[in-house]
Amino acid sequence: MCLAVPARVETITGLQAEVEVGGVRRAVSVVLTPEVRPGDYVYVHTGYAISIVDEAEAAESLRLWAELAESYTTEELFPHMAPSSER
Amino acid sequence: MKYIDEFRDPDLARALLGRIERRSRQPVRLMEFCGGHTHAILRYGLRTLLPDHVDLRSGPGCPVCVTANADLDRAIALAHVPGLILTTFGDMIRVPGSAHTLQDAKAAGADVRMVYSTLDALKVARVNPDRQVVFLGVGFETTAPTVAAAIAQAEAQGLENFSVLSLHKLTPPATRAILDAGEVQLQGIIGPGHVTTIIGADAWQFLPQDYGVPLAVAGFEPLDILRAVADLVDMIEEGRPGISNSYARSVSPEGNPTALSIMDQVFEVVPAEWRGLGTVPGSGLAIRPEYARFDAGRRFEVDPGPTREHRGCRCGDVLRGTVTPPQCPLFGKACTPARPIGPCMVSAEGACAAFYQFGRDPL
Repeated sequence: MCLAVPARVETITGLQAEVEVGGVRRAVSVVLTPEVRPGDYVYVHTGYAISIVDEAEAAESLRLWAELAESYTTEELFPHMAPSSER
Repeated sequence: MKYIDEFRDPDLARALLGRIERRSRQPVRLMEFCGGHTHAILRYGLRTLLPDHVDLRSGPGCPVCVTANADLDRAIALAHVPGLILTTFGDMIRVPGSAHTLQDAKAAGADVRMVYSTLDALKVARVNPDRQVVFLGVGFETTAPTVAAAIAQAEAQGLENFSVLSLHKLTPPATRAILDAGEVQLQGIIGPGHVTTIIGADAWQFLPQDYGVPLAVAGFEPLDILRAVADLVDMIEEGRPGISNSYARSVSPEGNPTALSIMDQVFEVVPAEWRGLGTVPGSGLAIRPEYARFDAGRRFEVDPGPTREHRGCRCGDVLRGTVTPPQCPLFGKACTPARPIGPCMVSAEGACAAFYQFGRDPL
């Protein structure tokens, strides 16, 4: 029920936007995200954009996890070199 | 697709699993509040990938499942009002009330229509000006603002034949009810990503403050969920309960102010009855008196008759996290998605349906 999918905003007309998700274009309401701009990604729930994707935060999450992945591999390969405190 | 595929990276998932394994010493029981998380956890096999001593319990986060039989009966009775069109989301149509489903009502001649959005329900009302159109409103804070927006739009457009039966519910009071009951000992909670998109991560501060229980807000991709588990394990091991947010691409500390404002404009907070939890104070949303003409509960008087519970069904216990679906004697035998006895087997987000579909592990 709380499902929401990321979609790219193509055009905005008043409180309605046309978004693209997985190659399909759909009309959604942006009444709950009035500050949205074309080119933004939004999470769409039951025909309404409920949030605008924070691209910087998305990139930061992936960067942190990639860092973690690297540290993990190093530790696995060289357990004696593992840092005493993580993070 | 952007913002989906990169959050399913198997190498990063292995790294997060490795971190959880290394950091986690004590047995922990975590509850994923949201049925969407239960579904994702089973779909991606995360239960079997996590260390054995990290126990995941599903919670009450399936709006269809927590709808009480008395409310379902009321909705079904409403569908039988002559000339009325009842619109609702797909999951609701197959959920059994005391004796029947909305599907049964439809087969018996009631006009029940599935919609994907309240915008579709408004359209039904516009093209049927001589008929009453009711939207059966179920859902948590994610959905309630969209229903509030539809009511505000109906008012602005003078759409007098549209109304809503509001069965909307709020998630923090239900979480509190589960912890207060103390039936299941939880060391941490995976917070619902889209509910928290609306209410904001700060709305969960009461968990570490009042209960000493950490919460990690999570998105719905495997990496989001694993990161939340890793954060919870860290907070538990360090004895520092707090709020973490691994879904910051959608969730902010304060939430969506526009959505909160329209929700507050249209709805007021009332007690609500939950399957499995009983009446929870301050956990429901009723339409404010200013919008009374859009309140189907006020507009139509129906007699749903006496309420009955489903015999042997443990959906209520599953929703409180006291049992897992396979522990119900009906699970997979008398009760399957094709012939569901309780709502937890009907909804795509129901824990029983998810366990049935993606793996009937014995935990």
